[in-house]
Amino acid sequence: MARPSLTRLFGPIREARGVPKWVVIAGIAITIAFVVFALFAPWIAPYDFDTYRTADGVRFPKQGHPSGDHLFGTNVQSTDVLSRVIYGARTALEVVILAVIFSLAVGLPLGLISGYFGGKLDRVLLLVMDSLFAFPYLLLAIVVAFLLSDRLGRGVMTAAVSISVVYVPQYYRVVRNHVISVREETYVEAARALGAKPRTVISRYILQNVIQNVPVIATLNAADAILTLAALGFLGYGIQPTDAAEWGYDLQRAISDAGAGIWWTGLFPGFAIVTLVTGLTLLGEGLNDVLNPVLRRRPIQAVILPERQSRLPAGEAGV
Amino acid sequence: MSTNGAGAPLVSVEHLKVYFPIRSGIVLDRHVGDIKAVDNVSFDVYRGETLGLVGESGCGKSTVGRAILRLYDPTEGRIVFDGQDITELKESQMRPLRRRMQMIFQDPFASLNPRHSVGRIIGDPLRAHGLAKRGDLSKRVRELLQVVGLPPDAGSRFPHEFSGGQRQRIGLARSLALNPDFIVADEPVSALDVSIQAQIINLLERLQGEFDLTYLFIAHDLAVVRHISDRIAVMYLGSIVEISPAEELYENPLHPYTIALLSAVPIPDPEVEAKRETILLAGDLPSPANPPHACRFHTRCPYIQPTRCTTEVPALRKLSDGHVVACHWAEEIKAGRLRPKEREAVAEQPLLQPAEEPPPV
Repeated sequence: MARPSLTRLFGPIREARGVPKWVVIAGIAITIAFVVFALFAPWIAPYDFDTYRTADGVRFPKQGHPSGDHLFGTNVQSTDVLSRVIYGARTALEVVILAVIFSLAVGLPLGLISGYFGGKLDRVLLLVMDSLFAFPYLLLAIVVAFLLSDRLGRGVMTAAVSISVVYVPQYYRVVRNHVISVREETYVEAARALGAKPRTVISRYILQNVIQNVPVIATLNAADAILTLAALGFLGYGIQPTDAAEWGYDLQRAISDAGAGIWWTGLFPGFAIVTLVTGLTLLGEGLNDVLNPVLRRRPIQAVILPERQSRLPAGEAGV
Repeated sequence: MSTNGAGAPLVSVEHLKVYFPIRSGIVLDRHVGDIKAVDNVSFDVYRGETLGLVGESGCGKSTVGRAILRLYDPTEGRIVFDGQDITELKESQMRPLRRRMQMIFQDPFASLNPRHSVGRIIGDPLRAHGLAKRGDLSKRVRELLQVVGLPPDAGSRFPHEFSGGQRQRIGLARSLALNPDFIVADEPVSALDVSIQAQIINLLERLQGEFDLTYLFIAHDLAVVRHISDRIAVMYLGSIVEISPAEELYENPLHPYTIALLSAVPIPDPEVEAKRETILLAGDLPSPANPPHACRFHTRCPYIQPTRCTTEVPALRKLSDGHVVACHWAEEIKAGRLRPKEREAVAEQPLLQPAEEPPPV
């Protein structure tokens, strides 16, 4: 099944034309670049994210200007900015992938059950999810991060869970609403008429037709989650600085540098955030344009009609 | 009801009512009324026969079919399948019975899952009931494809690769997979081209003989129903107005609604067509949320009388063997003593005077 599903995903991208195609390709390129940074950080980055001296024990310059040794300079703790940016990609992707998995794992089944069975359960779930939705998302993430930090510590896991709490209602909402419309399709009714159990109906008939929206939402949410993670780090509720390099935290440390004309400590992590968010957003929007046939536009080729043979004698043609 | 001398009915519907609630309000769902889709319908379907159920769009004929299969829950009344009351059965108790009662849907494009292969669609009933091992399953699928006249390699293709008639054959193969006794065919040919309709109808008839099937055949096309049905029930606005053996209904319709329906069927002979009398029904189908009192047809009936029609609900009465009708004036109409209102006459004379005194009841 791997091949057909891959061609099903890449087929439309190959067929796409014009702007949507380039949007997807730009999104894929940027995202892949960051994935490569994340996977191979130890080999790409010149130093470890918390290294502040050379192997000989010589301390790096403090807030050193970009130079041959330190391409992006060093920060107030004498660590290499380039290495922190590259390791930051690893942290960001780890957290975001976990967050997307968690919020899908909760939001998708709840949306399926709520949409398919309806009734009281649906009403209660809807109320809970809508209240979560109405909550300021950053506040919600901070509260959850705060509550979890006692039990899980302040690592990648805590950040992922607190971010996923923010996105569960989105998945739930989209899946539930789609299920409600698919549930009324005749082929679902046909499945019930032939005696399929609700579990079979949901997994074989409904899920298959609902799942197609998920890649788009997941990618767009991932972009949003990068920002949430950075905001958490910036406000000091994110990942413990000793655990991992995190762009939001670096930005926060760079605030005081900015006034002193030290631009490199803030610019590069900020640039990384903007680029990754842009890349994921382009990918998500592009996928939406490419996968959603309603939005898909193909250029209409000019119609060339063959030369028309006039049957009228030349004299009468102008009458 | 009417007996055909064919023993006990396979399906009995007794005083069936299916109401769909109309709700309004944002926080509290207030129940403000009901769509009376099916209101007090009773009939039997005998083993081996085809009962045609006709009526115009929105008269509740599909709802009756779906209620028998318990796809909709009946509001009131009883549904008996092969001697067993299935009205109150839970879904889990219903499941074994679903092996014996299947459905064919109107829209051959919507009723097949676009993401499943044809083989999977046809095998699904077997899989849902845990009846098939892998090897048997593909064998059975090929067998079913052959029965409905599709090539054996159709199993690996997807529904969008087939035409409407072929898709309806796929739907048919699916409904036959479990060897059912009873099939509700909900307008199985109305979405098809006329030339394809005949093929599917003939196939349905052949399969009926071959597999000993009983059909409830829902349609709005009288010509189609005539061809396949043994008996025909005519529905109007949620209730049955007439049940009769098929030929009898066409030769001798008794209810004004049936008469009007039959007179609307064009006759493919221009001379006859020009001479014959057609009865056009005035007005639209009234709302099933608020059906007319007494006889539901009185707002559109060309034979309406000043007495009884607007005050008394007509019961289904037996007029001849196997022919029941719900009209107070059926005998008068049959005897030709009542004439339909001329359309011109309507303006001058809103109600026709009864030709004679109504017969004592």
